[in-house]
Amino acid sequence: MPCIEAHGLRKTFGSTVALDGIDLNVEEGRILGLIGPNGAGKSTALNAILGLTPYQGELKVLGRNPWAERERLMRDVCFIADVAVLPRWLRVNQAVDYVAGVHPRFDRAKAEAFLAKTSIKRTSRVRELSKGMVAQLHLALVMAIDARLLVLDEPTLGLDLLYRKQFYDTLLNDYFDHTRTIIVTTHQVEEVQHVLTDLMFIDRGRVVLSCSMEAFEARYLELTVRSDQVAAARALKPINERQLLGRSVLLFDQADPAQLAALGEVRTPSIADLFVAVIGGQTPSQTQEMRGAA
Amino acid sequence: MTSPSDTMPDDAAGELPGQAAAPAALSATRPFFWSVRRELWENGAVWIAPLAAAGVILFGFMLALARLTSRVPTFHIASGIPHQLPAEAPYAAVALVIIVTAMIVGVFYCLGALHNERRDRSVLFWKSLPVSDLTTVLSKVFIPMVVLPVVAWVVSIAMWAIIYVASAASAAATGSALAGLMTQAPLLTMTGGLAYGLAAMALWYAPIWGWCLLVGGWARRVAFLWAVLPPLAIIVIERIAFDSSVFARMLKDRVNGGVVEAFSEAPHSAHGTMLQIDPVGFLSSPGLWIGLLLGAVFVAAAIWLRRYRDPI
Repeated sequence: MPCIEAHGLRKTFGSTVALDGIDLNVEEGRILGLIGPNGAGKSTALNAILGLTPYQGELKVLGRNPWAERERLMRDVCFIADVAVLPRWLRVNQAVDYVAGVHPRFDRAKAEAFLAKTSIKRTSRVRELSKGMVAQLHLALVMAIDARLLVLDEPTLGLDLLYRKQFYDTLLNDYFDHTRTIIVTTHQVEEVQHVLTDLMFIDRGRVVLSCSMEAFEARYLELTVRSDQVAAARALKPINERQLLGRSVLLFDQADPAQLAALGEVRTPSIADLFVAVIGGQTPSQTQEMRGAA
Repeated sequence: MTSPSDTMPDDAAGELPGQAAAPAALSATRPFFWSVRRELWENGAVWIAPLAAAGVILFGFMLALARLTSRVPTFHIASGIPHQLPAEAPYAAVALVIIVTAMIVGVFYCLGALHNERRDRSVLFWKSLPVSDLTTVLSKVFIPMVVLPVVAWVVSIAMWAIIYVASAASAAATGSALAGLMTQAPLLTMTGGLAYGLAAMALWYAPIWGWCLLVGGWARRVAFLWAVLPPLAIIVIERIAFDSSVFARMLKDRVNGGVVEAFSEAPHSAHGTMLQIDPVGFLSSPGLWIGLLLGAVFVAAAIWLRRYRDPI
């Protein structure tokens, strides 16, 4: 069963179009990265999926209409967002008590075990914790919930490198089990590249690219071209070219690996480089348009 | 504040997902129960403020008792005690201070209840849990309608007991007539009367609670001003445009009319003007029902707002 099915998902704020008819199909057990520039509509899409905002078009999450059945859906869906902050007055043990009280699928022992691995004091208030510890606490609460869909909206924003790495490691090792589904949006793309199973670029309310990571690796190739072969490589119509330490790096969509190997070093591009190529590498008029829309 | 959890059955948490029938009924009340506890965690003032008010009164009372009873006996022979002073009066005054404190706490609580969660951006965290907007807002209405009156009642009764015992001890030790008089108050009857009065006030003020909740949920900042200024503006405009003060009178009735409707003057009071409860008169007063209806409209609007408005 698909975890999320959207068809022509649309949302406008006055005359601003936040989502311009998005089609989305996420199977269970996938980890989808939703990547896009600021104001692309990522958070709006997630809000629609979470039943926090009304929308036009068809949308089913775990077979339910999220807007009409938000409360029921929240038993199977969890989310961590940089904007969904824990209240500063809340104590750690109160947070655990409360979630245990209202959530039928919360496993207190799991949360306790996770908290025991951190240096969080149980009697502390959230305002006394560091930003990284608050993220750990939130993750402990969410991981102890036996949810089928986890939505992460910039979950590691403002955290240092160690906490970010730990966050994704914990998520993958202790939580993800191939029956759950995870959607994550982040600007720190390089950190999630090895985590994702699926990739979606979204820009100005539209899906620009949508593929599995296997397809991504098969389809896109990055060539660090030898200086005497630049002209030959350019003739193969790269979708992007950039300079790196005095050498040209070309990005190809559906090129022949053997042909490219003759011209230089070939490897799989990073999501970040593809992102820049697909969304950042637009013509000036398009960029202008983008600024106008923002 | 941990005792309520002991009375709450914990078996729903351990249910397997398949056994849906029995926990379904339980799980309807559990989110509400925990939402109310959540409110008390965040708003300690709900019980601290009435207790603090009680502490101040108690301190003053003990000082007064010590001062009065240590004086020479001439004090209580003739002029010291007003002739008509009923024994209930000091008790009623104590309860009044506690009730007014609870009222003020209630107003500020309601203004902040739906305001703070948006200001500190925790609303999305609360919404990430399977608790409906209806349950959340009703748990916030529950505080001024039920929790605060109960707190005010318990604190008042405790104060009465302390004052009674202190007066009796003082009367026995010093023979003070004033202290002796205070042991003659019909405390049991007054306990019931106080419970009735608090329940009546909670219902009578429903539109005030509802209005404050709604404005707090709507206003992006200075919720207090948004709650107070529009009614003031209506009063001023009405005064200038029509040279009348219908709205001002309505507001005044709402603030102090509840007592008038809920109690009537005792016809043959031995002590002069004491009040007696009048539930029939109260329940048949249109003001009560209009107020409840208005309160329900405000609360419904607050629920709608929390659901439909973009959270941050």
